[in-house]
Amino acid sequence: MALYFFTPFIAIILTILGGGIIFYILGFNPIEALKFYFITPISNLYGFSELLLKATPLCLIAIGLSFCFKSNNWNIGAEGQLTFGAIVGGGVALLFYNQEGFYILPLVILAGAIGGMIFALIPAILKTYFNTNEILVSLMLVYVSKLLLDYLVVGPWSNPEGFNFPETRQFSDSSRMPLLFEGLRIHAGIFLALAAVMLSWFILYKTYLGFQIKVSGLSLKTAKYAGFKGKTMILVVFMISGACAGLAGVGEITGPIGQLHRMISPDYGFTAIIVAFLGRLNPFGIIFASLVVALTYLGAETTQIFLQIPKYTGQVFQGMILFFLLASDYLLFFKVKILNLKKNELRH
Amino acid sequence: MYKNFFKYLISAIFLLGFSVNSNADFKVGFVYVGPTGDHGWTFQHHEGRNAVEAAGIKTTFVESVPEGADAERVIRQLAQSGHDLIFTTSFGYMDPTNKVAKDFPNVKFEHATGYKREHSNVSTYSARFYEGRTLLGHIAGKMTKTNTIGYIASFPIPEVIRGINAMTLAAQKVNPNIKTKIVWVFTWYDPGKEAEAAQALIDQGADVIMQHTDSTAPVQTAEKAGVWSFGQASDMQRFAPKSILTSIIDDWAPYYVERAIAARDGTWNQQDTWHGLKEGMVAMGPYNSAMGADLVNEVEQLQKDLASGKVHSFTGPIYDQKGNILVAEGKVADDGMLAGMSVYVKGVEGDIPK
Repeated sequence: MALYFFTPFIAIILTILGGGIIFYILGFNPIEALKFYFITPISNLYGFSELLLKATPLCLIAIGLSFCFKSNNWNIGAEGQLTFGAIVGGGVALLFYNQEGFYILPLVILAGAIGGMIFALIPAILKTYFNTNEILVSLMLVYVSKLLLDYLVVGPWSNPEGFNFPETRQFSDSSRMPLLFEGLRIHAGIFLALAAVMLSWFILYKTYLGFQIKVSGLSLKTAKYAGFKGKTMILVVFMISGACAGLAGVGEITGPIGQLHRMISPDYGFTAIIVAFLGRLNPFGIIFASLVVALTYLGAETTQIFLQIPKYTGQVFQGMILFFLLASDYLLFFKVKILNLKKNELRH
Repeated sequence: MYKNFFKYLISAIFLLGFSVNSNADFKVGFVYVGPTGDHGWTFQHHEGRNAVEAAGIKTTFVESVPEGADAERVIRQLAQSGHDLIFTTSFGYMDPTNKVAKDFPNVKFEHATGYKREHSNVSTYSARFYEGRTLLGHIAGKMTKTNTIGYIASFPIPEVIRGINAMTLAAQKVNPNIKTKIVWVFTWYDPGKEAEAAQALIDQGADVIMQHTDSTAPVQTAEKAGVWSFGQASDMQRFAPKSILTSIIDDWAPYYVERAIAARDGTWNQQDTWHGLKEGMVAMGPYNSAMGADLVNEVEQLQKDLASGKVHSFTGPIYDQKGNILVAEGKVADDGMLAGMSVYVKGVEGDIPK
């Protein structure tokens, strides 16, 4: 069991080694390149703030996803729930675009969470009452939400003074997340992520619901024999997951972005799936995993700036982390044995 | 007190960024919205960067930077890591560029296609692509048999509407029966959507296709269907050698070299640049021999006249779709009107999406 929480570290070490080999093959000094990748981005306060800024949405979404994944519900559409949450939250922010007031930001955040929740309920209800496959439905809904956002920022919600550019007005300061330090972009949204971590730990390990979720994840049949209400649980985990993704979306638009446009998320909803598994679906593991994955984004930028290595190395690193994690899991749970069987023996 | 502490700490970090700057290691940074191999918009900016490098100035680029929350960090990192001049080459970088410029008064910023210059170290630049559209319109008007021109448009911003209007006006001048059909794809780069749009226009009878999007899919679709097309942003001839009549080429190289040298030598000033055929920021690709020598001569003459200012793309009388006069007879549209253009001229079909 200790090994189970240890393999993510093995995966990260293997990724760093693999990255070094790739840099070496590309003709760079691997030590120097790895330094630019993993150290330079966070070598000052600004970089550290950017790391936390980038990790915040990943952590929030992954926490939500951990509820679904732990209970064998495969919500792949967090990106859509993020987008829809941002649309609803952004809509409220736009309603108040020329007003000030302490109550505006809480309203916007709440609207974002509800938006994400409603959007996640669609695959959940279809799964519980119509037996549809939640992987397909939640994934397809990502495109629905992105097209809806496209329509809104080009059409009815576009900035009347913005020369038809596909973006809304800037939100008023009352709908913006307060900055924690002057000159840095890290904002109060990080407290939402930390609260989600605490709350999810409490729900998963200290409540009856958490117990149900874990049992269903380990064995659906056991859960049925125990008389758990499976349908309600499915709805609840999807709602939690959607609300977290919606919060992540609203955190981005009220934090660093400040308006709605078409590029509110560089696929955080999909990357968070890697984060959730790298963190072993454990709330505190997810904090750690979100920081590691956030660093792969920042490192890709600095290595391109300093060494002109293509920025797509970031995706290569994320891919390697997932690959090595799955590979070490395989070796952990299965014993590799070389069998010497004759052909007809295999049939039995 | 803590607030001040952080303020000083942050200023110290910023100062650290400046301290590495000196004339000996003058560096120019570029931020691209797409990959350098898109064969359109980013490809041409990258060619401009290559020219700066060839002029003996060190450069750095970051490609595929999303126009969201990431842009500000990339621009700031370039400023912090000792770049003295930074070109941000997409409209979506407008606010991040101005935000970073505020914190780095000694670094110069050049933002492409935007209109905000909030600090004295921010310049903006763009090209008069519409002059190229006038030439395309002239060619299209002469080459079409169905009198229908298909136009694949990205977003209903003034730049795109200006191109549609300039093309339509020029085509009407040589062929009064011209109709312009438009498909809005709401993307700058999506080969699948662009190809579908081209096919839809061809199915509606268009026999000349032009695009205000960046991929080579429309010209390839036109080649397959056997209709005419025009390349966009870079010379796309090799992707559709039979179909392409010519290409509008964005040539940023002379501007980038000039501005980089000015910044290095300390003569850089804030300005809003809008260059066209005259300065060479807009150039034309090779003409297809199918056009015939007469038409090529006409177009080359028109190109000279546009460059010298003898002919203007928007010369009155110009009417909107309802027949109201936009530009009176004998007048030309001023830059203010061009910059905010948001109505179609007569002869364009459909409505601007709202």
